Amino acid sequence: MTTFLRDTTIVFSREIRPSLRNPVGLLFEMGQPLLFLFLFGALLGGAVGSSWQWFVPGILVMMCLTGPLSAGYSLLVELLGGAMERMLVTPLNRTAMLVGKSMKATITLLVEAVLIIVVAVPLGFELHVAGVLAGLAQLAVFAVGLGSLSFVLAIKSAPNGTLFYMVSQSVLFPLLLLSGVLLPLETAPGWLRILGQLNPVTYIVDAQRALFAGDLADPSVLYGTISVCAIAAIGLHLGNRAMRKGV
Amino acid sequence: MIHTRGLTRVFTMKRKEKVEAVRGIDLDVEAGQLVAFLGPNGAGKSTTLRMLTTLLPPTSGTATVAGHDVAENPAGVRSRIGYVGQHNSVGEEYRIRDELVTQGRCYGLRPSEAAARADELLDLLDLTPLAKRLPGTLSGGQRRRVDIALGLIHRPDLLFLDEPSTGLDPKSRAEIWQHILRLREAYGTTLFLTTHYLEEADNMAERVVIIDGGRIIADGTAEQLKNDLAGDRIVITAGTEQDAEKAARIGGGTAEGTTVTLRVDRATAALPDHLRTLDAAGVKVLAAETIRPTLDDVFLSLTGRSLTDDDIPA
Repeated sequence: MTTFLRDTTIVFSREIRPSLRNPVGLLFEMGQPLLFLFLFGALLGGAVGSSWQWFVPGILVMMCLTGPLSAGYSLLVELLGGAMERMLVTPLNRTAMLVGKSMKATITLLVEAVLIIVVAVPLGFELHVAGVLAGLAQLAVFAVGLGSLSFVLAIKSAPNGTLFYMVSQSVLFPLLLLSGVLLPLETAPGWLRILGQLNPVTYIVDAQRALFAGDLADPSVLYGTISVCAIAAIGLHLGNRAMRKGV
Repeated sequence: MIHTRGLTRVFTMKRKEKVEAVRGIDLDVEAGQLVAFLGPNGAGKSTTLRMLTTLLPPTSGTATVAGHDVAENPAGVRSRIGYVGQHNSVGEEYRIRDELVTQGRCYGLRPSEAAARADELLDLLDLTPLAKRLPGTLSGGQRRRVDIALGLIHRPDLLFLDEPSTGLDPKSRAEIWQHILRLREAYGTTLFLTTHYLEEADNMAERVVIIDGGRIIADGTAEQLKNDLAGDRIVITAGTEQDAEKAARIGGGTAEGTTVTLRVDRATAALPDHLRTLDAAGVKVLAAETIRPTLDDVFLSLTGRSLTDDDIPA
């Protein structure tokens, strides 16, 4: 366990260093969801109850899908060069490699989330600290799972990388639209609602909304937690297997 | 240091088509040796190397590297070997020294140890002025030296190098070799490298293992291989074609125009006698030279192809 934590830290601190050296890029990355929040949130204007309470968790899940799911891109670059291979020959723990690499996207995500919440509070967002903390923890697990899946995709799409862009782009939007992040699925036709129920992200969005409303005992929280844990387990398992089978 | 038995790797391609990249390799390398693994593109050099370095699991057969089985205890193998891959191994966004320190940490060195070792290697490989640079600003030879430094960070007993000098200009190649040989002298590191530069294998390695079509087809010192499998030649230029044919009949060689080629053992010693014989027979010789075989001649005599023809379909 101590080696696992140490190895995760090593990989994470390597990943984060270029961003810390050039924080401007990080600021731009963080500015984007804020823009989204202002433009979209204003548009909603009371359409769905308290729009901020409804919209903030949704936008966090959306960021979680775009950030970590594209984290594989950095891996793809290192895979096409020799950096990934070089690290794979070291005794570094394989799971720690996946977690450490996903961690950069996860930490960025958490900082962005806090930023959004801070901005949303004066606009009428009601803060339930315990719920928000539980919600962020759920998002962190989700991000590690998505990050690992994105790495698997990157490994599978080497050497040219086309598959990576194709899949990540064609998966992202259906997942988003069918999860009720941007518009509520309650008013959707039956077939669309069934598709939504098959989408694991829907449960996470529901859980986030319950948590951000301070409703920790809501059954959707349980379903959401199961969903993120399953995604993380599958992601780490497939990631480990892909590395073992030879990159 | 390396012991393999029946090491085999089969790749399953699309439509279940199977490609046998490596077919049953038996190889023993003792500590301290410098072995060159020579073969044309697609012969199975890199695949073998990737199995020995735990990057690729073997389909069948066994390999014990630095005292551990690659399949049963890959972590044990990894901590004892260094590997310099075919590609540049510094991430594009990272400074040279940072990558060296991270690499040391990956091998379990404490932060202070890793930093000290990084500085030591930067100095050893003449990279100190480049410590804070990004890899994109370095020359090909400098990047290769960084790759070697990364492979050496944990003082491995065994270092694998996959085509360490490919794509470099002659001066950088010579420099890389200088560093490799110096390192070996200083630390007694066992070196196992692949190359498709014949002269390199010939001049630098104590032992040359030739691989073709996934099988080892020759193994020995460069001298042994050349003597046993190719042999010396004497080439004579005669005054006329008639003289050339006569010389070929006497010596048992082949004539082509006025040039006669014959294969002999130890050509330099045989040449004076041969010339006297020809003189006595009345053959006028204008020029004579002895030719030592190259490893390419060895490969040619084994396979009927030239190594430099390269690019056998994978």
